[in-house]
Amino acid sequence: MAEKLLMIEHLNKSYDDLCVIKDMSLTVHKGEVVVVIGPSGCGKSTLLRCINGLEPVQGGRICLSGREIKHGSRDLPMLRQKIGMVFQSYELFPHLSIIDNITLAPLKVQKRKKEEVEEEALSLLDRVGLKDKARQYPRQLSGGQKQRAAIVRALCMHPEVMLFDEVTAALDPEMVREVLDVMLRLAQQGRTMIIVTHEMQFAKAVADRVIFVDNGEIIEEGKPAEFFKAPKTKRAARFLNIFEFSPVKAQN
Amino acid sequence: MPDLGLEVLFKGKNMLRLLGGLWAALEISLISVLLSIPLGILLGIIMVRKELVLRVITRTYFEFIRIMPQLVLLFIVFFDSTKLFGINLSGELSSVIVFTLWGTAEMGDLVRGAITSIPKHQYESSLALGLNNAQTYFYVIIPQTVRRLLPLSVNLITRMIKTTSLVLLIGVVEVTKVAQQIIEANRTSSPNAAFGVYLTVFMMYFLTCWPLSILASRLEKKWG
Repeated sequence: MAEKLLMIEHLNKSYDDLCVIKDMSLTVHKGEVVVVIGPSGCGKSTLLRCINGLEPVQGGRICLSGREIKHGSRDLPMLRQKIGMVFQSYELFPHLSIIDNITLAPLKVQKRKKEEVEEEALSLLDRVGLKDKARQYPRQLSGGQKQRAAIVRALCMHPEVMLFDEVTAALDPEMVREVLDVMLRLAQQGRTMIIVTHEMQFAKAVADRVIFVDNGEIIEEGKPAEFFKAPKTKRAARFLNIFEFSPVKAQN
Repeated sequence: MPDLGLEVLFKGKNMLRLLGGLWAALEISLISVLLSIPLGILLGIIMVRKELVLRVITRTYFEFIRIMPQLVLLFIVFFDSTKLFGINLSGELSSVIVFTLWGTAEMGDLVRGAITSIPKHQYESSLALGLNNAQTYFYVIIPQTVRRLLPLSVNLITRMIKTTSLVLLIGVVEVTKVAQQIIEANRTSSPNAAFGVYLTVFMMYFLTCWPLSILASRLEKKWG
């Protein structure tokens, strides 16, 4: 087995009295693609936010390569450079062009050389089919293009793990595919990824491991082939059923 | 062509006097604007903070100034300062005080609005990229706030320039007051002077504020 990259131990998270994550433990290995699925409000997005230190937690530990990620700690900006996060609503910076969006953090945070970063940004943009959009502003791009640019922005920091928070949920159906294709390619390259999604077909194709979360707990986990074919728990089976339709009219 | 009494403008130094009056009005607005902008930014930043006491104080100040007609504020500062504190403020100084108080309140509210209109996710995506708090403000939040703020504050400046026409009521000789004086002095020789002189005053205000208006809508289009 590859080395352990991300370790989550007995994580507890609540908002006031509402418990969102209950005693959750999860280990992600280098090069592994973990897909997290579950009903809305089950805590899967919160899990990603905790991994990025965007939320204070009430108990447990999250460690990346042995270093603890803690909300509000001093070395959090350092650790976050190793974690790429892509949001549902893209969150590109509207006042910067696409290329400036991508190079901002490498230049200002990692203090890398401008020529080198721009070259890398352009070649990454080229790979997602957006090289000609480099000088444009986010408002000139479609949703799918913005999301691909946001993925490039995260990639350009050379993260060790990428977090995807329902990145296709805000997109029109015909744009979903172009974003998912980019993610499939990243998975092929052996990147470590944690993906929260409602695209079950995509999950089946991309995942090394599927995790089903409900009410802030991991209910079931397994290889995608087994999990989607024959889930062991009733709750997972019921959830997967939501995505199935049976014909309501008589077929000839 | 009807008789607009425009000839009075060319009598003696009348045109120069009008321009002098315009300058008096602009001077009051300019000083007030220069004071209001930094104070307003400060007020706006305080208004978005969570401390209850600060919020109550700034909110009360803002609502008080906004509800009060500017004319009443001018009267309170000009007349009541003498009565209450025994100090004699000139009309110009009173005007600058009132316009600064007003400008600060309005500017503060604009700043508050601009800051709170930046979505929380913009902070988060910046932090997620590894930027620290200071970098997030410097590179992501403040540039966006300024872009939202600029067109609105240019509009505020035009409003402040227009409203200086009220200060004649506390004895400041600004452009409208000069116009009245010219009209009065020429009442018998040019009975129609009111038309021409006020038309000139209108044009002066228009030519001062119009470029600002254009600037504001340009900025809005560019960054909107």
